[in-house]
Amino acid sequence: MADTTEHHQLEHAPHVHVTPLWIYIAVFLALAVGTIVTYLASLVDLGMWNTPVALIIATIKAVLVILFFMHVIHSTRLTWVTVVGSFLWLGILFVLTFADYLTRGWSLFK
Amino acid sequence: MSDMALGNEHHHHHPFLQHHFEDLGQQHEASTLGMWMFLCTEILFFGGVLCAYWVYRVMYPEAWAVGAHLQQTGWGATNTIVLIVSSLTMALAVRAAQLGKRGQQLGFLFATLIFGTAFLVVKGIEYHRHWEEGLFPGSHFHWHEHPELAQKVQLFMCFYWGMTGLHALHMIIGAGLLLWIMWRAYKNHFGPEYYAPVEVMGLYWHFVDIVWIFLFPFLYLIHEVHHG
Amino acid sequence: MTTATLHDVRLSGAASDRNYFNDEYGALSWFLTKDHKRIAILYLISVSVLFVIGGFFAMMMRIELLTPEGDLLTSDTYNKFFTMHGVVMIFFFLIPVIPAVLGNFLLPLQIGAKDLAFPKINLLSWYLYMLAAGIGLIVIVTGGVDTGWTFYTPFSTQYSNTHVFGTTFAGFIAGFSSILTGLNFIVTIHRMRAPGLTWYRLPLFVWALYATSIVMLLATPVLAITLVMLMIERTVGVGFFDPALGGDPVLYQHMFWFYSHPAVYIMILPAMGVASDVVAAFTRKKIFGYRFVAFSSLAIAFLGFLVWAHHLFVAGISVYSAMIFAFLTFFVAVPSAIKVFNWTATLYKASVSWQTPMLYIMGFIGLFTIGGVTGLFLASLGLDIHVTDTYFVVAHFHYVMVGGTVMAYLAGIHYWWPKITGRMYPEWWARLAALLVFVGFNLTFFPQFILGYVGMPRRYHAYAPEFQVLNVLSTAGASVLAVGYMLPIFYLIWSIWNGRPAGKNPWGAVGLEWTTSSPPPKENFHETPVVTWEAYDYPGMMKAMGETQHV
Repeated sequence: MADTTEHHQLEHAPHVHVTPLWIYIAVFLALAVGTIVTYLASLVDLGMWNTPVALIIATIKAVLVILFFMHVIHSTRLTWVTVVGSFLWLGILFVLTFADYLTRGWSLFK
Repeated sequence: MSDMALGNEHHHHHPFLQHHFEDLGQQHEASTLGMWMFLCTEILFFGGVLCAYWVYRVMYPEAWAVGAHLQQTGWGATNTIVLIVSSLTMALAVRAAQLGKRGQQLGFLFATLIFGTAFLVVKGIEYHRHWEEGLFPGSHFHWHEHPELAQKVQLFMCFYWGMTGLHALHMIIGAGLLLWIMWRAYKNHFGPEYYAPVEVMGLYWHFVDIVWIFLFPFLYLIHEVHHG
Repeated sequence: MTTATLHDVRLSGAASDRNYFNDEYGALSWFLTKDHKRIAILYLISVSVLFVIGGFFAMMMRIELLTPEGDLLTSDTYNKFFTMHGVVMIFFFLIPVIPAVLGNFLLPLQIGAKDLAFPKINLLSWYLYMLAAGIGLIVIVTGGVDTGWTFYTPFSTQYSNTHVFGTTFAGFIAGFSSILTGLNFIVTIHRMRAPGLTWYRLPLFVWALYATSIVMLLATPVLAITLVMLMIERTVGVGFFDPALGGDPVLYQHMFWFYSHPAVYIMILPAMGVASDVVAAFTRKKIFGYRFVAFSSLAIAFLGFLVWAHHLFVAGISVYSAMIFAFLTFFVAVPSAIKVFNWTATLYKASVSWQTPMLYIMGFIGLFTIGGVTGLFLASLGLDIHVTDTYFVVAHFHYVMVGGTVMAYLAGIHYWWPKITGRMYPEWWARLAALLVFVGFNLTFFPQFILGYVGMPRRYHAYAPEFQVLNVLSTAGASVLAVGYMLPIFYLIWSIWNGRPAGKNPWGAVGLEWTTSSPPPKENFHETPVVTWEAYDYPGMMKAMGETQHV
């Protein structure tokens, strides 16, 4: 009886996926490098590209944290949908708000 | 409730299995999914103010660049690194919990708490400076370098205080939760079978880190706009 | 097998006298309960009280509008009354009513779970609701608020000298209550379903709650941060939205409606879920096009986020974005129409039992359709500019929110009353109330369509004399409506002690909630149920019943 119970417990215990240490260290180093690059890039005049560069680096850093520190890479499809979905909704807020602000200057009759 | 227990009497329950779950696996999945759902709302919560920030950044690019130059980039960069280190130690604390290594886990949780506190101390130093320089919005606002931009720079500082303040509030809540998790780790509650609270704590902490990853370039690193 | 049968008998014997009502006694056993059913009862009592308060303000406004002169209420008081009517009804009644009362009670029962995934968070969300409602009540008795329920800036931040801060803070807290409910529901639906209960076997009420929860989770935080910014602006005096300080008031409206338009779907989606369950039960048929109805809930939840700026057509947004939003708004009509058509198709050639829940749902389908179609009028740019801020808009959203949500809520509370209390409500009185509500509602709000179309603006306590006839009709209707709404409060309470015992399944309905005793035991089911049938398997049930009769 005890054996079957034990078996039952193991079968239904959370699925543990232990990430190797080196991955955590590598992600950390990438994040640190990303921070330094962001800082350095802000000192250089890239014309219109300063903002996009900063945004892209920040996004890469965020994706690294989400995938590895937050274990999304090993998570269920539902977790992926949740993460992607919430950024998609944020996108809706931005795109449709700016659909107003960026077209206010346009004129119908000129 | 003896009737209820009848069906289950041949299972012996893990002490932290709540009565309405079938097993620890279900409970673990529910906890992590719950935290993810909460983070969804957090993304939209910070996202709302971020949207307002971008609307005005597009409207007043000069004021935004001037405002960013009022920040001490060195402090901001230091804090970014501090927070990333705390995220690493948090991730390692979760790993230690998964492996059932209590000592390691306590150590990493403590390190996370220390780095989190360090972040708040640095933020406090910055806040103090801004206060002294008259950069707190409202009637305290005394900044006259470019009178024609003063109002818009004040708006930038509103976003600065508002967004970093909201972030700092999340850090303080996170530190409180960390203390609670440390107490439970000290009591040896966690192991490979049951570590959902540590995992969930980690998710929250990393999220707060991600917010800062965006706030740093948004508030400290805006390049001058050139008119052409 | 014999032992199992004996076991069942013993359990059912125990079930008849042990239920969630009498399992524990004392006030603390209610105020510290983690049982979703008890929390639903707490919500039921609180939202009913708030509904009566909100209704009081409505009634006072209708009495004021009997005559063209502003004679009963001063214009300032009138401003406060319509504001507080809106705030109370929207934030404290319509948003929580179906999810927090019926959803809380039924979701675990319908999916065969012992409770929601996070019972403590569920209790917390009720306390947050009560805190918010308490602050709201303090605001009301200490002088009220006059900004309109939308708190538009810069009036709310710079000029109004009423309790804007308290009200918005209450809204902020109520938002968290709503978020926690949504979070709990989503996790519960994903992780707590009984064995065999696949997604396509779920009752459509569960699908509707799922879609509602998504909206709660993704829209509410934006309102929360917007209200925080408003509160900061009002207290610190900085210019997030104040044009005098470099802000843009239209940005407030964007962010406010990013929540508040989807909030309409927080109100109407669960109502649609109730409609599906009730239509199936009283026609004894499977819902026509089950998957279409299920996915149309999700489609509404998604499309609802793409249309918010149709509230801003005259606020100074760019013409181009106005066109985009008008265009997108029409798309919401598609999934809504799918639902209406599918309910109608289910009714086709069915032998309908005209009991109270079904009467309300027939009202719901008709009134929601009118509300929805007039919504399309308002989505059309040209017409919207003509009727903006008139009673046409007032009539439109009351057809959706009251004709839709409240009708379906009343249907649901009657349909599940036997499950909640174990007693039947008095059918004759209930039918009378349903009739009064339907007649009273139409008499109140249909004249307002005409009033708005001929130009009577909303939010004034006085009006031109030529509008009086229609206003008198509307006030008369409101009186009938008030009687219709008060009746259930009395006979439902009466039925708790005096109603006929309902038994497990008084309607002969299909669904897990009808397989357990009424009222259900504390943990809902004596054994975790295993589901082997499709949703609304009325044909299968009839067949099975036929076979047993032959035997």
